[in-house]
Amino acid sequence: MVELVIDNKISNTSIDDPLAPPCMTAGAMEGSKPYVAAPEHNEKLGFPGELVDGWQEKAIARMGEIARTNRAFKVYLDTCIKCGACTDKCHYYLGSGDPKNMPVARQDLLRAVYRRYFTFAGKYFPKLVGAVDLTREVLDDWYSYYHQCSQCRRCAVFCPVGIDTAEISMAARDIMDHIGMGQKYCNEIIGKVMDIGNNLGLNEKALKATMEDLEEDIEDETGVAVRIPVDEKGADILLITPSADFFAEPHIDGLIGYAKVFHAAGVSWTVSSYASEAANFGLFIGSQENTAILCKRIQKAAKDLGVKRIIFGECGHAWRVAYNFLNTLGGPFDFLDQNYPIPQHILEFTWDQIECGNLNLDKSRNDKFRLTFHDSCNVARASRMGDMPGGQFEIPRNVIKAVCNNYFEMPEETIKEKTLCCGGGGGLLTDDLMDIRKKGASPRMHAMQQVEQDHGVNHLVAICAICKTQFAKMLPEFGFERDAILSIHQLVSNAIILEGQIDEDDDDDDIDEIPEPPGASATGVGS
Amino acid sequence: MISTLYALLFYIATIVLVVGVARRVWEYWRIPQPVKIALTPAPTTRSGVVVRMVREVVLFETLFKSNKWIWVFGWVFHFGLLLVLIRHLRYFTEPIWWWVSLLQSAGIYAGFAMFFGLIGLLIRRIVVNRVRYISAPSDYLMLLLLLGIGFSGLMLQYVVKTDIVMVKVFFLGLLRFDLQPLPTDIPVLVHLGLVVMLMIVFPISKLMHAPGVFLNPALTMVDNPREKRYVPSRANGQ
Repeated sequence: MVELVIDNKISNTSIDDPLAPPCMTAGAMEGSKPYVAAPEHNEKLGFPGELVDGWQEKAIARMGEIARTNRAFKVYLDTCIKCGACTDKCHYYLGSGDPKNMPVARQDLLRAVYRRYFTFAGKYFPKLVGAVDLTREVLDDWYSYYHQCSQCRRCAVFCPVGIDTAEISMAARDIMDHIGMGQKYCNEIIGKVMDIGNNLGLNEKALKATMEDLEEDIEDETGVAVRIPVDEKGADILLITPSADFFAEPHIDGLIGYAKVFHAAGVSWTVSSYASEAANFGLFIGSQENTAILCKRIQKAAKDLGVKRIIFGECGHAWRVAYNFLNTLGGPFDFLDQNYPIPQHILEFTWDQIECGNLNLDKSRNDKFRLTFHDSCNVARASRMGDMPGGQFEIPRNVIKAVCNNYFEMPEETIKEKTLCCGGGGGLLTDDLMDIRKKGASPRMHAMQQVEQDHGVNHLVAICAICKTQFAKMLPEFGFERDAILSIHQLVSNAIILEGQIDEDDDDDDIDEIPEPPGASATGVGS
Repeated sequence: MISTLYALLFYIATIVLVVGVARRVWEYWRIPQPVKIALTPAPTTRSGVVVRMVREVVLFETLFKSNKWIWVFGWVFHFGLLLVLIRHLRYFTEPIWWWVSLLQSAGIYAGFAMFFGLIGLLIRRIVVNRVRYISAPSDYLMLLLLLGIGFSGLMLQYVVKTDIVMVKVFFLGLLRFDLQPLPTDIPVLVHLGLVVMLMIVFPISKLMHAPGVFLNPALTMVDNPREKRYVPSRANGQ
């Protein structure tokens, strides 16, 4: 029994348990820090360009302001019981073993300072309650470890009092922004959306040209003129999708999927060059002002184009912002058709079309894939699809099972609300954080290796632009192909047979066919 | 002399506890929650949230999912404590309420259960390196304080019997502002002294998790941002 109580594992050597606690190594990730934002990137968002004089007082003042205006922040700082339930739940801790990556320890970096300046015990008995002054060392720790949190909420799911480290991490980044310690990746990108409309910096002309090319590609492939309209006034539906969908692999195959579904459903739709981005990095830096500015762009685009509905493409944190914040920060949306959810997720739309029998689907076209699904953290723990709680788990799986034959779940402790983050969320998807990204991805990758071993799974499906980009980089590190990451709508795109579609030759399939691995079921449909 | 001191301490501690906790709750209640942050899957109705919270505080469901050991020790401690507190109502009521007498014998076992749970939590805090890493001195002291209360209480029950009728007269007197003598046996004074200390630190410590969990937006918000536009205001929380 004592052994069980102690549960200190020596090391994480086997692929069998993606959740095995690692060997604790203090300071292991101390050196991991993203680039600091250039002055112009900070100033564009309304923050000081560089670390300001008197930053201690200003940081404390901002902390007090957040504590007075954000209930979650204050309650979370005050009510942690230090029970330790969260300590082995963060993928960055599991991957790195750095104790400051344990959720409660991450919170404590800020809580220790909060206690020192805002609580009776911390003011008069700092040692007793572990309160510390805000020094340069503490600030450096903040910069380092609050950028090793993907704000994925996995720890919150396991906290007996429901403390969400994401809220603390967002507030910490907001405080750092207010003293001129912004992070380059996030702040530069937010500025780009304000200037151009999307994270990639794709302007109207380039966007239209790219979409026209894509239309040609689809027509070449299928013989059907599937449209991807840009800035088309009077369309019914405005599609807001992560700009990676316009450009990157495998994202763009998902966009083709959306276009085919809209085409088959016979609805009119458009993307907007002004609001050509679903992502909203304002969330990551905990800045409500900047989140709201980006949300308002969507409202303006919807009004200018005169659409009746807004649908969001596959993106995790974007769906959190859209689902939870858009109405509050970018609304009201009383000018849209109130008979449809505002906003709606593309998977809700597609599943609805499948249920109504409007899509002609041939599952066997995805037979070369043996698939598993990665629940994206923000979709799983910070949003919903459909009418029922948990619809965010069911609807993507329903769609996958409607378009493919070989589907298998990863271990139960790593999916749905307990899903592991891809390791690149929360503003960490930048090359200067590659080391922590890889460590953070390792639990998910080990879970995938497990289904590879058990069921011969060779492809991972995701519904988030960040997950897709992150996995495209990470999969080869763990023995998978770079293109083993797919969009759900890429699968839909493969399976759908449009009216008038010229059937491709089937020799593709012969080449790609893989032998059935031992132990796999005859039908191949697992769950 | 000692009786007067303890009477005074209990009055002060009661005021600190009640006013302190009320002020903190009021403070939290007044802070707006800027946006919806329900931890999903979350209930889509207010009654659903009530069910979620009841399950959480009665069964410690999340903790069960999270860590079986903390769940066992934590749950046994909390429900032991609850029964013990109910049993202690007999020192404040005359005649004793029927349901309190009904729980009399359970309350005695609960004392041991509470003690066992606390010992388990303390051992975990010391031997599990992750939990040791996150523990401040106050985290150990809080457990020791509760253990001290439990231990002195069990001593009074089984080892050094005191004049329990006299203790009851003292507390009934406190309720009527009529000072009565308290037995001056050391275990009684230790037990009551530690209880006073616990009452005083409650509002400025992590014990605030008890009311705080009901004001946690991630748990208590209704998941309906699309159905009903959320506009933050003071004291909304939904």
